[in-house]
Amino acid sequence: MAEFMLPANSKIGPGKAHPAPAGATNVKRFKVYRWEPDSGDNPRVDTYEIDRDACGPMVLDALIKIKNEVDATLTFRRSCREGICGSCAMNIDGTNTLACTQPIDDTKGDVAVYPLPHMPVIKDLVPDMTNFYAQYASIKPWLQSQTPPPDKERLQSKDDRAKLDGLYECILCACCSTSCPSYWWNSERYLGPAVLLQAYRWLVDSRDEHTGERLDELEDPFRLYRCHTIMNCTRTCPKDLNPAKAIAGIKKMLVERRM
Amino acid sequence: MSLRTPLGRVRGLGAAKEGTGHFWAQRLTAVALVPLTFLFVVFVFLMIGADHARAVALMGNPLVAVIMLLFIVAGFYHMKLGMQVVIEDYIHHEGVKTGSVLLVLLGSFALGTACVFAVLKLAFGG
Repeated sequence: MAEFMLPANSKIGPGKAHPAPAGATNVKRFKVYRWEPDSGDNPRVDTYEIDRDACGPMVLDALIKIKNEVDATLTFRRSCREGICGSCAMNIDGTNTLACTQPIDDTKGDVAVYPLPHMPVIKDLVPDMTNFYAQYASIKPWLQSQTPPPDKERLQSKDDRAKLDGLYECILCACCSTSCPSYWWNSERYLGPAVLLQAYRWLVDSRDEHTGERLDELEDPFRLYRCHTIMNCTRTCPKDLNPAKAIAGIKKMLVERRM
Repeated sequence: MSLRTPLGRVRGLGAAKEGTGHFWAQRLTAVALVPLTFLFVVFVFLMIGADHARAVALMGNPLVAVIMLLFIVAGFYHMKLGMQVVIEDYIHHEGVKTGSVLLVLLGSFALGTACVFAVLKLAFGG
């Protein structure tokens, strides 16, 4: 059945409090999910009070400050700190987004920081992305063609190139997929919005010659049709993309080829 | 614990190569049910307080009978499609899932046929 309650060993308990340094006047409180696989303890939420006058503007700046100055055991992924690598995707203030592009100013009250929802947790804010990446590999995210490769580049009209706008910008951070209830309940079979947007990116690429085979691979009650247009994906995308529209595009192509 | 590779698990049994028919039929019946449901409600209001003879007279009108039959067929078909989606979404035990889908299929056929019979009986003189 769908899971509406956390399993016993996932129930979250109270954690440690780390007060702000003496003399801090501009204090923001971060409540961060913590779980250590080695301890055998249940997850907890630690509270960190940060002096904003000595911290950068983004949530990632605060997390790095915590790790550097307050609690070196806090574990999270980060790399580019400018919204292009997708490593620091997490649930901030109840919304999946990138910690590096989420201004602390835009959060209200205490900032709740959790890992991406409904993913196995490796440690603290680090989810296990194995299944997500395998699903991405399964759609063969590369150009496939029957025509022998040309001596020069494969040509594409400006209009055809424009069809990739709004698709190629996806950084595979998984914010959309892990915000989707259908993906929560059926992630072992439903590909999820991120992977379907990537699949659509190759379906509409004028240089790709395997459109039919790609559609064959998607035409499945679970792989594609678990999408019920809930739209959480589009609402949460930190890159302002529209996975729901891409999925609708796939469904439209599948209907079109039957007409 | 499975030693299967993640890609092997994802590729699984492959794509079923169906689902578009289900998707399309669900949308089509949904659109058809907009006017049909409205007319059904109108007929129900016309029948308030009516006796059996009045019901026979109303259903004896071919237009009314055909609209009622279309409403029943589209409605039960739509219900079957919709409930199947809900079951597939939320029930993960394979046996329970398959059993529930079959139950919905047979149940909606049986109920739909009973409704069709009732309308036809009235339409042809009750």
